[in-house]
Amino acid sequence: MSQAFPFSAIVGQDEMKQAILLSAVDPSIGGVLVFGDRGTGKSTAVRALAALLPKMRAVEGCAYQCDPDEAASVCPICSAAAASRRARRVPVPVVDLPLGATEDRVVGALDLERALTRGEKAFEPGLLARAHRGFLYVDEVNLLEDHLVDLLIDVAASGENVVEREGLSVRHPARFVLVGSGNPEEGELRPQLLDRFGLSVEVSTPTDLPTRVDVVKRRDAFERDRAGFCAQWAGHDARLRRRIVSARERLPAVRVPDAALEQAARLCMQLGTDGLRGELTLVRAARALAAYDGDAEVGDAHLRRIAPSALRHRLRRDPLDESGSGVRVARAIDELLPA
Amino acid sequence: MNGGPMQTHETTARWLRALLPAALCALDPAGCGGVRLRAQAGPARDAWLTQLRALLPPGTPLRRIPLDAPDARLLGGLDLAATLRAGRPVAERGLLVEAHGGVVLLAMAERISSAAAARLTAVMDEGVVAMLRDGLETREAAEFGVIALDEAQGDDENLPAALCDRLACIVELEGLRAGDCPQLPFDAGHIAAARALLPTVSVSAVAIQSLGAAAQAFGVDSLRAFMLAVRTARAAAALDGRDQVGEPDVTLAAQLVLAPRATQCPVSAAEAPADVQPDVQPEMTPDAAAPDRTPDSTPAEAAPPPVDAADEPKDERPADLQQPLEDRVLDAVRAVLSPDLLARIRLAGGRLPRARSAGRSGALRGSGQRGRPVGVRKGRPVAGLRLSVIDTLRAAAPWQALRRRQSAPATRVAVRPEDFRVVRYRQRTQTTTIFVVDASGSSALHRLGEAKGAVELLLADCYVRRDRVAVIAFRGTRAELLLPPTRSLVRAKRSLAGLPGGGGTPLAAGIEAGWSLADALRRQGETPTLVLLTDGRGNVARDGQGGRAQAEQDAQAAARRVRASALRTLFIDTSPRPHPSAQSLAAGMGALYAPLSAADAQGISQLVKQAGAASAGQSR
Repeated sequence: MSQAFPFSAIVGQDEMKQAILLSAVDPSIGGVLVFGDRGTGKSTAVRALAALLPKMRAVEGCAYQCDPDEAASVCPICSAAAASRRARRVPVPVVDLPLGATEDRVVGALDLERALTRGEKAFEPGLLARAHRGFLYVDEVNLLEDHLVDLLIDVAASGENVVEREGLSVRHPARFVLVGSGNPEEGELRPQLLDRFGLSVEVSTPTDLPTRVDVVKRRDAFERDRAGFCAQWAGHDARLRRRIVSARERLPAVRVPDAALEQAARLCMQLGTDGLRGELTLVRAARALAAYDGDAEVGDAHLRRIAPSALRHRLRRDPLDESGSGVRVARAIDELLPA
Repeated sequence: MNGGPMQTHETTARWLRALLPAALCALDPAGCGGVRLRAQAGPARDAWLTQLRALLPPGTPLRRIPLDAPDARLLGGLDLAATLRAGRPVAERGLLVEAHGGVVLLAMAERISSAAAARLTAVMDEGVVAMLRDGLETREAAEFGVIALDEAQGDDENLPAALCDRLACIVELEGLRAGDCPQLPFDAGHIAAARALLPTVSVSAVAIQSLGAAAQAFGVDSLRAFMLAVRTARAAAALDGRDQVGEPDVTLAAQLVLAPRATQCPVSAAEAPADVQPDVQPEMTPDAAAPDRTPDSTPAEAAPPPVDAADEPKDERPADLQQPLEDRVLDAVRAVLSPDLLARIRLAGGRLPRARSAGRSGALRGSGQRGRPVGVRKGRPVAGLRLSVIDTLRAAAPWQALRRRQSAPATRVAVRPEDFRVVRYRQRTQTTTIFVVDASGSSALHRLGEAKGAVELLLADCYVRRDRVAVIAFRGTRAELLLPPTRSLVRAKRSLAGLPGGGGTPLAAGIEAGWSLADALRRQGETPTLVLLTDGRGNVARDGQGGRAQAEQDAQAAARRVRASALRTLFIDTSPRPHPSAQSLAAGMGALYAPLSAADAQGISQLVKQAGAASAGQSR
């Protein structure tokens, strides 16, 4: 478990990689859901993200890794000791939620050690605290118990974790990008939950031989010599990292012309997506994509590329439509945004 | 090898092919993922496991995981006794951490829930148990191979696909007798030496290419299977004492990993275009198979490499040399495809449908250990119940002074068993709607479309409510479970689309199949609702014989059984004109009766909702 497979060495799966990179550029897009076949590198891609992301500045010793430059939403501990805040550079957390985790460790709970040995009532932050300002990854999200998924999505949306249990009353910031993955044949997510994810991608096993051989060759090379393989790809990863950093810098300046807003609205109307969330996400993701591409303005090309990920899970679901929602989105895109 | 005169060459070869995965798994447990051992409990399986045990180098852990191992045992958790003794939280190591570097035996693997399988596969993928439970947090290495003891007999029990996908070899012991079991020419020392060699074994691009081509030719879609084949080839080379994967390793890996997963059979290599890699690399010649560099402690009888025994068409080798490796790998796989699999492939029109999981989502309702916590109660934290530490301490608090006086002055908190409080959970009872659809010629053909339409509408409802659905169809002489209870729409859609019509009406068999599934679900703590779509005119009796009189008697008997178990049932009469026999049958099973002629699909959906609501009210 020393080194993760490098992100840039993942063969194919471009839509998934694009979605993950864009949510690194703009976390407010609202998370990524990856559904698809087994063994397509879903978890590999998310776990590779940790090594890819640029480091961030955080208050030293703070359990929530608060941003020292941000005064508004710092945690209760940091705001109390405002004078003595020292910053250091830490890796962006990519936290894995293991199946079988109990709720107390996810939201945080009474510190058992201190309660038992010293009789003190102290809060021990959980996974949500650790994922603050980073990513929270749930593999097999469709096997997670519903009330835990509800909780995660609620916290991800509000950016704050409120704990009222075991005589504790704590609230702390928990802003993270929720990344879920799963296999639809194990059962599906509640439709209400689908809509809460910003982007949704479908992955499938590659079927052409050269790609498949490439995947296995790289995996094999990685397993034989992890350090060497990672070093070999470090340059590619560094290039991606620089691209993310410059995209983040460029993001606030990217303009969204009225024409693009109209196109987005028309697309959503055509597809009959409920609510405004689809449009918002579509525009945000298109802006992040423009920033990532180095463009100053969102155009039809950006919308076309990101619309499938942003909209496919928001269609009113016809459970018996064999073609799937991806096809419907593609049809609408071809109609409204011809290449 | 050293077999008696009674043994045929073929039996020995099959046994060796079955045993080699044990050696490969002992050699590289985590890399190969493990073995799916398809066999009933019996001497043959015991013989296999005995050889596996003998091959594990000393100190290699072997842990048996019982079917219902709770998370606390599997992943670890709070060691309550030690915690109370020490006065500070003490973690208990889970079985999977204990198995690090070794092998895990999964008993009755075909019955494992997909939730439990998901925990297992998550650990297999990462090689680490990340335990976040009971206020504890640990990360411990856990790399192991899984021997899944698969005793499945019918089609309705299946190893979860996610787990199966990660086990390199699928071994079938059916038809093999323990008496014929040859001894593998290796011992634990041999394996230990091969383990040391393994990291240095290299695989050529040609070898990977040929395995990939073979996987594609036999319709093995999973990339993981491909990857596992490469690792198996490498382990096979190490086992043979070579640091380069050679042809015998590639063919063996293809036979062990790819052949059992084949979903199609390519045309013979002779007519296949041989365009890729026409030249044969020097290390791929059969001479490389000679055991020239076997590890030091080679026993004399190991001289013929075991891979040869599994490699049947060896006398054709000179001719084979002209073919590229890819084609020879294809031939090797074709040689070991079981006739049964070939027959199924032929039956399915060339390609088997992809393996699917059973569609059981989430865990079955356990002993109140899942779901939303709703308060605490007094009780000991025995199997499955979770201790609420805070409430336990709260219960103990008032007595501290008294207890300190009674016993020796203790600095720790004095907690006694009577203080224990456990968390109560409430899990929403899962509702499963079972559709029993009459697909016979008599009623159905003209109404089958409408019945399907109704079921489809209901599916959409169930999807929103997160209910599960199951579909049973009856026609000809028997009833068939088309779709085991699932929440997966994808699967529901497929099963309905493929529902054919025609034939006799084995009504009794249909009712009975619905009843027994409902009964099984109820035993698991779920709430089943039975929806019967038929015209109520059976003409095939329970034993599969024709005859209206007997058929109707049997149907009435089955109906009484439904009534006796007080199942919530909806009888939808699909005949064009409502018929008294259907009504009496519905009355016999205590069902809500609705003629389809009066109700369109939308109306039926309403009725099922009513039935469900009524049953929920009734059970409270």
